[in-house]
Amino acid sequence: MEEKNKDTNLDMTKIKPYGDTMNDGKTQVSFTLPVPCNDEAIEAAKILMRKMGFEDPQIVYYKELTKGFTFFNCYGSSVHTVDYTNIHVPKVETNVMTMEETDQYIKDNIGRKLVIVGASIGTDAHTVGIDAIMNMKGYAGHFGLERYEMFETLNMGSQVPSEEFIAKAIEMKADVLLVSQTVTQKDIHIQNLTELVEMLEAEGLRKDVLLICGGPRISHELAKELGYDAGFSMNSYADNVASYIVEEINRRNNA
Amino acid sequence: MRNSKLNLDFEKVAKAKQISKNIAQDVQKNIESYTTVAVERTLCRLLGIDGVDKFDVPLPNVVVDNLKDKNVIGEGVMFYIGNAIIETKLSPQEIAEKLAFENLDLTTLKINDDVAIKKAVEPYVQKSIEKIRSNRQRREEYIERLGEGDKPYLYVIVATGNIYEDVVQAQAAARQGADIVAVIRTTGQSLLDYVPYGATTEGFGGTFATQENFRIMRKALDEVGEEVGRYIRLCNYCSGLCMPEIAAMGALEGLDVMLNDALYGILFRDINMQRTLVDQFFSRVINGFAGVIINTGEDNYLTTADAFEQAHTVLASDLINEQLALIAGIPEEQMGLGHAFEMDPELENGFLYELAQAQMTREIFPKAPLKYMPPTKFMTGNIFKGQIQNALFNEISIWTGQGIQLLGMITEAVHTPFMSDRYLAIENAQYIFNNMKNIGDEVEFKKDGIIQKRVHKVVNDAYEVLENIEKVGLMTALEKGMFADVKRAKDGGKGLAGVVQKSTHYFNPFVNEMLNK
Repeated sequence: MEEKNKDTNLDMTKIKPYGDTMNDGKTQVSFTLPVPCNDEAIEAAKILMRKMGFEDPQIVYYKELTKGFTFFNCYGSSVHTVDYTNIHVPKVETNVMTMEETDQYIKDNIGRKLVIVGASIGTDAHTVGIDAIMNMKGYAGHFGLERYEMFETLNMGSQVPSEEFIAKAIEMKADVLLVSQTVTQKDIHIQNLTELVEMLEAEGLRKDVLLICGGPRISHELAKELGYDAGFSMNSYADNVASYIVEEINRRNNA
Repeated sequence: MRNSKLNLDFEKVAKAKQISKNIAQDVQKNIESYTTVAVERTLCRLLGIDGVDKFDVPLPNVVVDNLKDKNVIGEGVMFYIGNAIIETKLSPQEIAEKLAFENLDLTTLKINDDVAIKKAVEPYVQKSIEKIRSNRQRREEYIERLGEGDKPYLYVIVATGNIYEDVVQAQAAARQGADIVAVIRTTGQSLLDYVPYGATTEGFGGTFATQENFRIMRKALDEVGEEVGRYIRLCNYCSGLCMPEIAAMGALEGLDVMLNDALYGILFRDINMQRTLVDQFFSRVINGFAGVIINTGEDNYLTTADAFEQAHTVLASDLINEQLALIAGIPEEQMGLGHAFEMDPELENGFLYELAQAQMTREIFPKAPLKYMPPTKFMTGNIFKGQIQNALFNEISIWTGQGIQLLGMITEAVHTPFMSDRYLAIENAQYIFNNMKNIGDEVEFKKDGIIQKRVHKVVNDAYEVLENIEKVGLMTALEKGMFADVKRAKDGGKGLAGVVQKSTHYFNPFVNEMLNK
C-alpha cells in the first residue's frame, strides 16, 4: 500500500475527493475525445487526465461513438487540495420556514397579502422552473407559492416579453418579481436578465420591487452581479424563495 | 370482443370515440369559413414561391402581407395569383418577385372569371402534388430497399443551433442505432410569423427550421441510411404560427415525422386557438397526403399537471386529436398520439400505473405509432438515477408495444445532449428492447388487480371529461382550463390578427386534391 493511502487524517485546509479512504483523491470522469478509437486515443485520455490533475489515471471503459469520436470512463486520484476553511460564498441568508409559518409571518409582520408575478422571460420556452416554484402543486413535496394563503400570485408562463412582464407588474402592483431562465445556451440568460433590469430601471421601478431570478445556471452571486436582489439555483424550492421574500420585505419595511 | 389484457370496456371506448368525433366535427364547423395568413403563405409555397426580398422578408410573407394590407386577403392568394398568371403570363414565382421588387399591384389587374383563374393555377397545383407524391414514393422505396428499425423506433434529438454540426450529431446517432432524428427548433421559432430562409448556423437551444436546412439534413440522413442499411426518418416541428408552412416545406423536402398539435400551441405557447386550429387542419391535410407521421403533444400536459391525477386528460385529448386527424385525412397508421412516463418516482407502485396507462393507450389506439415521452419533470441532475428512470420507461415501452420511443437523456434538465448522452440512451434502450423483447406476449395482468383497476378509472374519468367538453365545445373547454391546468381565452393569445373570413372568390384546391388522393 502506498503511503498516501494510509493517511486518514482529515485536514480541512487541504481536502481532497473521497473514494473509500481519506485523502485518496479518487474521482470519476467521463468525456469524449474527437479521435478514432485506438491505443493512441487511450494514451491521449490518460495524458489529459494527468493534465487535469489526476495521478494514476485508469481508463476503465472506452467506445467509439461514431467515426472519429471516442468516449471514455476514467478514474484518477486528484493531486489538488482545497482549503475549505477559507471559503466565502455569498448566499441568501434566511431561515427556511414552512408554508404555514410563512403565512403566519406575513400576518404578524406585514399585515397584508404580498403580490408576486412570475415568468420565464425572453425567448425561453421552458416553464419547469417557474412552475416548480409557483404552481399550486409545487415540486418534490414543496407546495408552490400559489398555495400560500398570504401570497397573491400570477404565473405568466414562458416566452413572456420583458415589456409585458413589467406592464403586468405595474397593473398588479407587484411586490415581488420572479424570473426564471432555464435554457441558457450561449449565455442568453444573462442577456435576458440584464435587459429586464435595465428596463425596470428605465421605468423607475427597480427600487419598488423585490427582484428575484432562478434557474440551473444562476447563482446568488451572479444574480447580485446582474442587479437582482437574490438568485436561486437547482435544489431550491418554493419554501426557500418564500422565506427569503417575507424576511427581506419585513427587513425593508423596518429599515 | 377484442382481446384485452386490461379487461377494457370497448363499448365505453367506442362511445368515447363517438363523443370525440362530435367534438371534432363541431370544431371543424367553426373553422371552415376561415383562412389565416399562414395558410395563405403555405399556398404561396405550394405554388412554388420561395426566396426573400431585399430586407430578407420571405416572398410568401411579402405577397400575403400585401394582400392583407389591401384588405383582400379573404379572397385568397390562389385567386389573386391565378388571376395574375392570366394577366401577366408569368409564373407565381415571377409574380411574387415582381410584386416584391417592382411594386406590381395584384389588386388593380383586370379580374378574370373564377373558372379561368382555377384553370390558370392548375398546372402549378399539380406540380406540387406530384412532387409530394414522388417524395412519398421515394420514402416507400427506400424502406423497401434498405429496411427500417423495429418499433419502438428510437427517436433522438439534435439541437446544436448549427445545421452542419447537427449533421455530424445526427449521423453519429444513426450509426449508434437511432431510427428517427428530430432537429429541435431554435427557442422562440414557434412564435415567428414567418419561416426564415436558407441554411442557418446560429440558434438557441436548437436550429431554425428552414427549407434549406430540411434539405441538408434529409441528404445527410439518406447518406448515413445507405451506410447503416436502415432508412432514417427525419422529424421537425409543425407547430406554432407557421404550422401549415412547415408542413408544406416538410412535404416538399421528404420529412417523415412532424410534431403537429394545435392544442399544444394553445396551452403551452399561448397561440390563439382559432388561428392554430385553422392552421392545423390544413397542415394535417398536407401531412396526411405526404405520408408523414404526426406527433401530438399530450405528454406536455403532465409537465405542468400531475401525471397521476391528470392521466385521464391525456387520454381525452388523444381521443379528440385522433378525430381531428381523421377529419384531415390522416390514417391511424400516421398518428403518433402522445403520452408520457412522468409520474413522481417516489410514488408507490408508480411503475404499475405507468404500465397500465401505456397498455391502455396501446389497446385504445391499436394501429397508431404511439409517441411515448420519457421522464423529464423528475430528472434531477443525478444522472445515475436518471439512467434507471429511463430504463424503467424503456421497459414499459417494449412491454406495451409503443411506436416511437423518445429516448430519455441522463442530462435532461442539465444541458442539451452531448454525443455521449445520446449513445448511453440508445445503448440503454437497445439493451432493454432486446433483453425483454417478448415480455408483452408472455405476461398477463391479474383480473381486477392494481393495473386493471387503474385503467378503468382513467377511462371512466376521460369519458366524463369528454362528455363535459361535448356540452360546451372544445374552445370553451380550453377557456375553462380543462387541460394541463392552463386556461386560454378564445380571443387571447398570439396570431388572432392573422385569422380572416373567407370571401366569395376564395378557393384552396389542395385540400380536395390531397384528401382524395
